[in-house]
Amino acid sequence: MAKKEAIEVEGTVVEALPNAMFRVELPNGHEVLAHISGKIRMHYIRVLPGDKVLIELSPYDLTRGRITYRLK
Amino acid sequence: MGIIIKSDKEIAIMREAGRIVAEVLRTVSRQVRPGITTMELDAIADKELKKRGAISSFNGYRGFPANLCTSVNDEIVHGIPGDRVLNEGDIISLDFGVIYDGFQGDAALTVPVGKISPEAVRLMEATRESLEKGIAAARPGATLGDVSSAIQRHAEGKNYSVVREYTGHGIGRDMHEDPQIPNYGIRGTGPVLKKGMTLALEPMLNIGGSGTRVAKDQWTVLTADGSISAHFEHTIAITDNEPEVLTRGTYG
Repeated sequence: MAKKEAIEVEGTVVEALPNAMFRVELPNGHEVLAHISGKIRMHYIRVLPGDKVLIELSPYDLTRGRITYRLK
Repeated sequence: MGIIIKSDKEIAIMREAGRIVAEVLRTVSRQVRPGITTMELDAIADKELKKRGAISSFNGYRGFPANLCTSVNDEIVHGIPGDRVLNEGDIISLDFGVIYDGFQGDAALTVPVGKISPEAVRLMEATRESLEKGIAAARPGATLGDVSSAIQRHAEGKNYSVVREYTGHGIGRDMHEDPQIPNYGIRGTGPVLKKGMTLALEPMLNIGGSGTRVAKDQWTVLTADGSISAHFEHTIAITDNEPEVLTRGTYG
């Protein structure tokens, strides 16, 4: 059974918003609104402006994403 | 996450799972003929599956209600078996997976219903060849991009478009493991393949554009432009040299 594609990109956190939402800038200059994945939340990984993160975009709405990993 | 490497012992189980998938799909595909319904094909799969002591990995997967995915003509993948009657000239993709002793096998093939148009024959051949090109590229030390690009080059060389929103995938204890394996890509990019990786490669090729849409049933994926689509899939294991096709015997 084919897998639904999720697009993964690296980005830089620009601003922390309320409700664990973040504005993340992508290498191509686009900005997306990203929430934080359950796993990151569960492990209390702090995401701060300036952090490099991995985000998953939906092919259907490229303006929103999900932060799945904080890169070092 | 990351790509899970399987031991020889685990691959031996996956070989069994793959053999069951191939046997069931072969049996089902031989029953494809004008007048049969997709639900009847699903019932054959159910019977063959139980004979072999395996369970369907699709049935119940995120609520999928059947053993097989049956995708006819402009349906690309994830079609739900039902009372649709197959007509002479249709093509149908049969996609099927099992869980056997905790491990998964997954394969698909597209078969003609009676006599089909030469265009449909060519599309099916190109899709099968694209899968074989992808498999041939899956050697240790090659990258995933090499595999994806081998599939894409063959498909686009024959003027077909490659579906982008659905991909192949790593497979093992779970049906969908890392990595995701697009049917398009750039040589030399992506993770390096290593012995013990088990992957499901599955090119989906359309005669028209690559765009897709999802039907009201929330499952069936169709071509956006209504052109016909074909789909072939194998589960393979990366070895020291040529990959082993664990679902060999699915077609041919």
